[in-house]
Amino acid sequence: MAEAEDESAKPKPRPIIRLGLFLISHSFVVSVVCCAAGVFALLLLPVLAKNTYISENALMPGSASPMLSNDDVSRARAFVNKVVSFDTKSDSSSIGLQELVAQHITDLGGEVNFHRFLPQVNKFNPLHFFSSPDQGIVQENYSCSSYGINTVGFIRAPNGDGKEAIVLVTPYNSVKTSTGEALSLGIAYSIFSLLTRVTWLAKDIIWLAADSQHGEYAAVAAWLREYHTPSFGGSGRGVFESNASPTTGEKRHNDFLRAGTMAAALVIKVTDGSEKAERDVLNLYAEASNGQMPNLDLINVVNYLAVNGQGLRVKVEKLGSLLDSWWLRSLGELFQKLGKVARSLNPQWNFGISVAEYIEGTATLASSLYNQALGVPTGPHGVFRDYQVDAITMEISSKRLANYKNRPSELLLQGGRLVEGVIRSVNNLLEKFHQSFFLYLLTSPNRFVSVGVYMIPFALLVAPLPMVAASLFADASRRNSGMENKEVTTFPASSDIPAITFGSWRWLHAAKTVFIVHFWGAVVTLLPHFLSLVPDSAPLTNLITWIVLSASSLLILQVILGSSFTLPSMTHTRGMEWTLLKSVTIAFACTGLCIMSVINFATAEMGALMLVPMCLMSRPLRLDAKAKTLKSFLRAGCNVVLTFMFFPPVTYYLWKGALVGLDNARIGDFWNWVESLWTWNSATYIYVCMVHLPCWVLCVHTLVYPC
Amino acid sequence: MVRLRSILLFILLFKSFGSIIIAEQSEEFSEALLLRPLPDRKVLAHFHFESKIPPTRTHGPHHSLFPKSIYQLVHKFRVREMELSFTQGRWNYGRWGGYDPISSRNAKPPGVELWASFDVPQHQVDASWRNLTHALSGLFCASINFLESSTAYSAPQWSFKSFTTNVRYGTLPREAVCTENLTPWLKLLPCRDKAGLSALMDRPSIYRGFYHSQRLHLVSNEFDLAEASSGMVLEQTLTVVLQPVTLGSGMTFGSIRQPSWSLSSLFGRKVSGRCVLSNTSNVYVQLEPNLVSELKSTSAMQQESDVKNLVSQAWSDMSFEMSDSPVRVIKEVYGFHKESSLLYEYSLANSSDSRPFDLEFRWKRPVTWSSQLAPLQASRFLMGSGNERGAIAISLKSVGRSEYTDSSDDEDGRCSLRVDVFQVVPWYVKVYYHTLKVYLDERLHSLADVIERTNVSPSEDKVSPGLMELALRLPCDVNSVILTLEFDKGFLHIDEYPPDANQGFDIPSALIRFPEIKTKLHLFEDKSSCKSPLLSKLQEESPILWYTEVLLVPLTTPDFSMPYNVITITCTVFALYFGSLLNALRRRVEEEERLLKNKATKDSSPIGVLLSKLSAKLRGKPLEPPKSSASSSKVSYKLILRVILVAGIAVAWQYFG
Repeated sequence: MAEAEDESAKPKPRPIIRLGLFLISHSFVVSVVCCAAGVFALLLLPVLAKNTYISENALMPGSASPMLSNDDVSRARAFVNKVVSFDTKSDSSSIGLQELVAQHITDLGGEVNFHRFLPQVNKFNPLHFFSSPDQGIVQENYSCSSYGINTVGFIRAPNGDGKEAIVLVTPYNSVKTSTGEALSLGIAYSIFSLLTRVTWLAKDIIWLAADSQHGEYAAVAAWLREYHTPSFGGSGRGVFESNASPTTGEKRHNDFLRAGTMAAALVIKVTDGSEKAERDVLNLYAEASNGQMPNLDLINVVNYLAVNGQGLRVKVEKLGSLLDSWWLRSLGELFQKLGKVARSLNPQWNFGISVAEYIEGTATLASSLYNQALGVPTGPHGVFRDYQVDAITMEISSKRLANYKNRPSELLLQGGRLVEGVIRSVNNLLEKFHQSFFLYLLTSPNRFVSVGVYMIPFALLVAPLPMVAASLFADASRRNSGMENKEVTTFPASSDIPAITFGSWRWLHAAKTVFIVHFWGAVVTLLPHFLSLVPDSAPLTNLITWIVLSASSLLILQVILGSSFTLPSMTHTRGMEWTLLKSVTIAFACTGLCIMSVINFATAEMGALMLVPMCLMSRPLRLDAKAKTLKSFLRAGCNVVLTFMFFPPVTYYLWKGALVGLDNARIGDFWNWVESLWTWNSATYIYVCMVHLPCWVLCVHTLVYPC
Repeated sequence: MVRLRSILLFILLFKSFGSIIIAEQSEEFSEALLLRPLPDRKVLAHFHFESKIPPTRTHGPHHSLFPKSIYQLVHKFRVREMELSFTQGRWNYGRWGGYDPISSRNAKPPGVELWASFDVPQHQVDASWRNLTHALSGLFCASINFLESSTAYSAPQWSFKSFTTNVRYGTLPREAVCTENLTPWLKLLPCRDKAGLSALMDRPSIYRGFYHSQRLHLVSNEFDLAEASSGMVLEQTLTVVLQPVTLGSGMTFGSIRQPSWSLSSLFGRKVSGRCVLSNTSNVYVQLEPNLVSELKSTSAMQQESDVKNLVSQAWSDMSFEMSDSPVRVIKEVYGFHKESSLLYEYSLANSSDSRPFDLEFRWKRPVTWSSQLAPLQASRFLMGSGNERGAIAISLKSVGRSEYTDSSDDEDGRCSLRVDVFQVVPWYVKVYYHTLKVYLDERLHSLADVIERTNVSPSEDKVSPGLMELALRLPCDVNSVILTLEFDKGFLHIDEYPPDANQGFDIPSALIRFPEIKTKLHLFEDKSSCKSPLLSKLQEESPILWYTEVLLVPLTTPDFSMPYNVITITCTVFALYFGSLLNALRRRVEEEERLLKNKATKDSSPIGVLLSKLSAKLRGKPLEPPKSSASSSKVSYKLILRVILVAGIAVAWQYFG
C-alpha cells in the first residue's frame, strides 16, 4: 500500500512501535538469540551468585557465648540412654515413650500435653487447590491403635508476653526409635533443660516431639492443623475421649496447649553420616510446598552459627550426577578463564570462579531449582510454610553415630549449642522475618541467587514467544490478504508489517482448537482424582488407564465440539492455517508460563526450558519433507526429537535415567510421581496437565498438519 | 475551786475528745509486705502501701503525707476511681492460683492498663480521660498518652465494673515496663525507697522475676456531697514473683524440696526499719489453704500433732521453719470442710539499722501442693492462617471442681455459673460479631440459651475500637466452653502502621469475670486497732478476674522501602510522558524532512553506510540513497567520536584510577 504514495507523506510510526515491528520482523534471529542467551544466563547463575549476609540486624548471631553446659548435656545423655533402652514390649501401653518424654519435660518445669491424631490421607481436592489448609477431616474407619501421639512441651518465657513462640521439632518413631532419633530428642532435651533456666527468653518455646510412625510430615501437619484450625464440636473427638488411655490419670495432658504466633520453627534430625567425611556435616533442607522458601536470614543464621560457632560443614542438597559431567567442567574452565582475563584487566573485577566451585554451584543450583519446581516439601519443615512460619530442617549427619556410646556428649553439645544459638538469634527478633529474601535459589549454603537475577534467564526464554506469535500472525494475515487481492505481488518482508489488515477473524478458529485442547488438559487434570477412587490398583494399570482415558476424551471432545481438527473448507487458505494455530499455541504457552512464574518460579523456569524450543520449532513435517533440503531435514529431525523428549512421561524417564540410571526405572514410576505431585498439592501438577501437555498436543498437531 | 476544776476537767475532756477526732481525720500511711511460697518453687512478694487523706471539706487542702500530684490530679479531672498498672510477664493462673484475692486483684495484663471513672457530666468524660492520660504519661514516664486517641480506649457498660458509670478503659499491651516507671511510683511514697519496706526494692532483683506488676489504685469520694465521705485512698501495690536463688542445680521439679529463701536472698537487701511515717509496717507470710492441708496431713501422718500445734508454734513446723517468731498467727475461718489459709504476721517496729529484719523461710521436707484455681481456666487464641481472615477463640475449661458453684443457683434449682466476657478489639481487626458461636462441651449451642446479656459496639474505622461485653450463663457441670468470633484483617494506610509493623498487631487481653463468685480472706473479725490496711483490703469481696493472653495478629505489611520505589517509578513515568509530549509538540515533521533533503551532501564512508543502513532498518524504511544519508553519517561520526572519547576516559579511569 505504501508503494504508490510519496515517501515524505508516509506517516512515520512512533519509534517504540518501529522497534517492536523490527523485532517482530526479525523474530527468527531474535528468538534464537534470546533462547541461547536464556540458557547461557541460566548457566551463568552460579557465577552471578552473591555471598549471603545477615540482613536483619536484630538477629545478632553468635554475639552471646553459648550457655549450654556439660551439665545439660550429661542430663540429655542420660535421657538418650533411657530412650534407646526403652522397650515398648515391656510396657503394654502404646504411649510409653511419649510418657517418658512428657515426664522429663514436666520434671524440667515445662508444661506438656499430648496431641493425638489420626494420620490423614492427603486427598487431592481439585476445587480447593490454593485454599488455605482446611480443617481436619477425621477418618472414621481407623482402628484406635493407629493414631499417633505427639508430645508437646512448652516453656513460657519468664518476662515475655507470650505473643510469639519458637518451635523445635524432633520427629521420632515411637514404635521403633533409632539411635539418630534418640539423639535428636536428646539435643532438644538439652536445649529445653537450658531454656527453662535462662532469663533472656522473650518468646515461648514449643518442643514438638512428633510421633513419626505415620510419617514425619503427617505428624507435624496434624499438630499444626490442630493448632491453627481446630475443629470444635468435631465428631472425631469422641474417638479419643472414649478410648481409655494411660493418661486418664493426668487429665491436664489432654488439653491442647498453645503459645501465640510462631516466629520460626527448627526441625532437628540426626542421621548416620558417611564414613569419608572427616567432619560432621549439617544438611539444610528448606524447600516447602510449591517452591516456597523460608526467609534467607534463617538459613544464614544457621549457616553462620554452624560454620563459625560449631565448626560443622554445612551442605545443601545437590544433584550428584552433575558433579562429574564433562560439559560442565569445560564450561567452568571457560568461566574461570574469562574471570582471569577480567581480573587482569582490572583487579577489582573478580567475578571469576574456580572450576570446582562452579560445578558445585551448578549442581546445587540444579537441585535447588528441581526441588522448588517439584513443589513437594523436602521435609516436615514444609508444613510450617503453609502457615507463614519460616522453618528449616537441620540434619546433623555424624559418623560418630555408629559408636555413639563412646562419645555422644560431643555431638549433643555441638548440636545443642547450634540450636541454642539459632533460638537465641530468633529470640532477639522484634519483628518476624521480613528483611531478607524469600525468593532465591541457593548455589551453596552461603551463596544465593536472588529473584532479580534468576528472573533474567526466564525473561529471555519467554521473550521470543510473543514476538514469534505476532510475526506468525502477521505472516498468516498477510498471506490471507495476499491471496484475496492478487494484484499485490511482491514486497520486502520487513517493510510492510504496518500494513497488516486486522480485519480477518480467521484466528478464532485456531483459538477454538487451542481452547478445546486446553479444556481437555483440565479434564486430564481431574482424571486421577477419579482413578484414585478405585481401590488397590497398581501404578502401571492406573497409568495406562489414565493415558487411555485421556486419549479417548480427546477424541470425544473432538467429535462433540466440532471439526476443529478437520481441514478448513477454504482450500486456498490451507497453507496459513497451521501458522495461525502455532501462533495461538505460542500465545497460550506464553500466558501459561507467565502465570506459572507467579505461582512457582522454578517450575516456570524449567517449563520454559522445554516448552519454548518445542513450541518455536514446531512446523508441519510435510512442509519440510516437500522442501527436501538438508536444513529442512534437520529441522524435521529436531522437531521429532524435541516433541518426543518433552512428552511428560518420556521427560520423566529421561530425567530419572540421567539421575539414577534407567535400569531400575519402572513404567509405573511415572504414575507414582504424578500421584505424589497431586497429593502434595503441587502446582507443578496443574502446570504439567494444563499448560505443558496441551501445548505438547498442539505441537504434535502442528507437526502432523496436512499441507 | 471546784468550778475551776470542773472547767479544767471539761477542757481536758474536750481536748482529748478533740484529739480523738483529729486522729480519726488525719492522713494515714501504712505499708505491708505479703510473702507466699508458690507451688512451682517460686515466691510471691506483694508490697502494699496505702495513703489516706480525709476529704478536703473537713481537712482542708493542706497535707503532708498524701502525694500532692495525685491530689491535684483527682481535683483537676474529678476522678472518682482510677487504676493504673504496669505489668511485665504473665500471671500463671494455672500454677500460681486464680481464686485468691491477691491474684484476682493483682494479676494484670502485660503492658499498661488504665481505667478510670469520672465524676463529671457524660459529655465531659472523654475530655477528662484525654487530659488524665497526658497527665499520667508525664507522671509515670510512660506512653500512656497513646490512650488518648479514641481508637485506643473504650467505654465498658457493665462487664468490667458492675457498678460505676462514666468508665473509660484502655490498655497498651506493648508498653515496656522498667525502672523508669518504678521511680515515679516510688516518689509517691512518703519514704520513697529510702526506708521501710520499699527499701527492699532492689531493681535488678525485682525486674528479674517471673512476674512484675506495679499498680496504683485510687478511690476518691471527694465529690460525693450526700454521704460522709472518706476522702481519698491511694493504694499502691507491687506484686512480684521471684525465683529464690538455690545452690546447685536442683533441677528435678517436684521430687526435691522447695527452695528455702529469706528476704535478703530474694531481694539482696534487708529491711533496716520501718518507714517512720507509716502507721503500720508489717510483713506477712501466707500459706495457701492447700499447702496448709498438705502440711496438716503430713504432720498428722508423722506425729500426733493437730492443727493447734500448727497454729501455735507455727513458725517451726515439721515441714518448714522461719527464723523469727511471728507477732501473731491469723487463721482464716471459712466453714468447717474447706481449707483455710494461715497468715503469720511480723512487725517491723523492733528492727533497726543494727538489727535489720531478715525473715528466713526454710523448708525441711519436700512438700507439693497446688494453688486454688479459678472455676474455669480461660485461654484465648487465634485461628486460621493467612493475611486475609481469621478467628478469635476464647476457651474456658473447667478445672473439674464443683466447690465454687454453691453460690449461684437458678430459680429452677439448677446450678449455674455466670461468666462475663469483656473484649476490646482494635479497629484494624474487623470482627464480625454476628459470627459469634458458642460451643458447650464440643457441641454448638444457640446463643439465646447461653447468653444472658450482650453489649456490642462494633468498631468504626480509624475512630473507635470494637467492644464486646457478654454475660454467659453456663451450667455448672460444663466441661469446656468455646466462643469463636471471625474477623477480617484490615488494610492500613501506610502512615497508620506503628514502628516495627512487621511484628504484628496486638489484640489486648480479654477479661473473663466471674461476678457471682466472690473471693475474700475470711479472717476472724477482731476489733483490734492495729488492723492492717492490707488485711482489710484482702477481706473485701471481689469477683474473680482472669485476663487472657495478648494476641498477635500478623497483618499485611507493605515493604516500607516502597515509597522510594514508588517515587522512582513515578518519576520515570513522568519523564517518559513529558518527554514524548514535548517531543510531539515541538516537532514539525515536514520541516525536518525538508531540512534533511536540503542538507543532502558529500560522500560517505563504510561506517556511515552501515550506520545509516541500521538506522533505516530501525526506522522501518527502505534504505535511502547514500546522498541523503550523508548528513546522518556525519552526525553519527561526531556521536561515535564522542562516545569513544567518553568510553576511553572511563576505561582509563577504571584502569589507572
